[in-house]
Amino acid sequence: MISAIYRWLDERLHLDDLIAPFRHKTVPVHRLTYWYFFGGITLFLFGVQVITGILLLLYYNAGANEAFESVQYIMTKVRYGWLIRSIHSWSANLMILTAFLHMFSVLFLKAYRKPREMTWISGMLLLFLVMGFGFSGYLLPWNTLAFFATKVGTAMVGQVPIVGQPMMVFLRGGPQVTGATLIRFFGFHVAVLPGLVGILIAVHLFMVQRLGMSVPPKIEAEWVENPSAKREMKFFPNFMLREMMAWYVAIGVLGALAAIFPWDLGVKADPFGSAPAGIKPEWYFLFMFQTLKLIPSKVWFVDGEVLGILGCGLAGLLWLLLPFFESEQPSRPKKWITGLGIFALMYVMGMSVYGFLAK
Amino acid sequence: MSGDQYTPQGSTRRRAIEYFLGGGILATFASFLYPIIRYMVPPPVADLGVNEVVAGKVGDLKPNSGAIFRFGSSPGLLILSSDGTYQALSATCTHLGCTVQYRGDLHQVWCPCHNGIYGIDGRNISGPPPKPLTAYDVHLRGDEIVVTNKRGA
Repeated sequence: MISAIYRWLDERLHLDDLIAPFRHKTVPVHRLTYWYFFGGITLFLFGVQVITGILLLLYYNAGANEAFESVQYIMTKVRYGWLIRSIHSWSANLMILTAFLHMFSVLFLKAYRKPREMTWISGMLLLFLVMGFGFSGYLLPWNTLAFFATKVGTAMVGQVPIVGQPMMVFLRGGPQVTGATLIRFFGFHVAVLPGLVGILIAVHLFMVQRLGMSVPPKIEAEWVENPSAKREMKFFPNFMLREMMAWYVAIGVLGALAAIFPWDLGVKADPFGSAPAGIKPEWYFLFMFQTLKLIPSKVWFVDGEVLGILGCGLAGLLWLLLPFFESEQPSRPKKWITGLGIFALMYVMGMSVYGFLAK
Repeated sequence: MSGDQYTPQGSTRRRAIEYFLGGGILATFASFLYPIIRYMVPPPVADLGVNEVVAGKVGDLKPNSGAIFRFGSSPGLLILSSDGTYQALSATCTHLGCTVQYRGDLHQVWCPCHNGIYGIDGRNISGPPPKPLTAYDVHLRGDEIVVTNKRGA
């Protein structure tokens, strides 16, 4: 039946021409092939976010007086509402995790090298936007933790010299975090960010499609030495089916996490209450949070906060432009980039654990 | 791909595997769809179970006029007729659910949406309404006008 429908459509729209590049596409097979799956898993989790996000929109109500109650309503009154919201929260966190894994795997496999510099940049921008999704979505239930996390997070933006204050006021919709901030973040979360991410995903996937999969330099060298060791599999259906199996596992993990550890709602935000003790941001911001906490309030004559934020910004910029520091000869990759990658990974993990354990 | 040499079309073993795979995928999607469909159906609005409301105070209404009051989650119409008696009706038109109003010039209840006319007792007189408006009991408690569902209704 499906093939009959396909033939009917193909006769009219010549779908075969469109699909042809996918049929020819191959995926290199070697001992590190499994790292190729993480981008696809991230994309899949993004799809889960779109679907569950649209479902949450059926009942969510943005506004300082309604937001918390509407999420409470979803969690207690709407059938399977607790499940949909838990999946949305868990999937968000897993998506950020897999995006980070994808980023580090691309870094260590040196897949960002020429001609894939722009693929790396589009991916890094996607990572920043995904973190923006996390930051803006975190506020939407309007609970105490989210309220103060947003206060601190936007205040950090305010520390940036010259442009910081106007940017903070823009983000908050005023000098303070209020219901106006909630409405803004809601708009960013459901309209602005999905639009930008949608475009960037299209660009990212187009480039991945156009350039094919990168083979790590070490394995490429092995293949040059011994051409008979070279292995490939067809992207469609061989790799795609494996990828879908990974998605199947992902949805299983997601469902189990959401059902066994339903996401907490917390206590409704009180803008005039005091911040609770031990307040922390989401885990993916912890390494930055902890770094800022460790910097003394004055370094030489510069404000510690300003230094920290500028440092983070500079590190982010360096990371974004990393491919341009790499040598163009695959046989002589820059060792220091790998070293920096290992250092960054250790730093992020160490600071996150430290931030998690610190009082 | 290699290994294709011996796979006769329609082999029962292959077909069994295909049924398992297809059935598993279908079952998976069903398990996604079921909660989603249940989720999309809004939970029943808690019927406040209102049986009695205070529709107003004596003296609020002029004779030969009407006013809308809340009867639970739906609107009601309180009428003070020219002869000084109170009458309470459901204000939801039985045609397509518009909210009706009392017309002093007609001495009748009028639905502006499709020109439906009801008598002061709720009887459907002309226009499209298929059924009379539900009438409520009215009694006075001090200076409050209390509207209740008709007993046995």
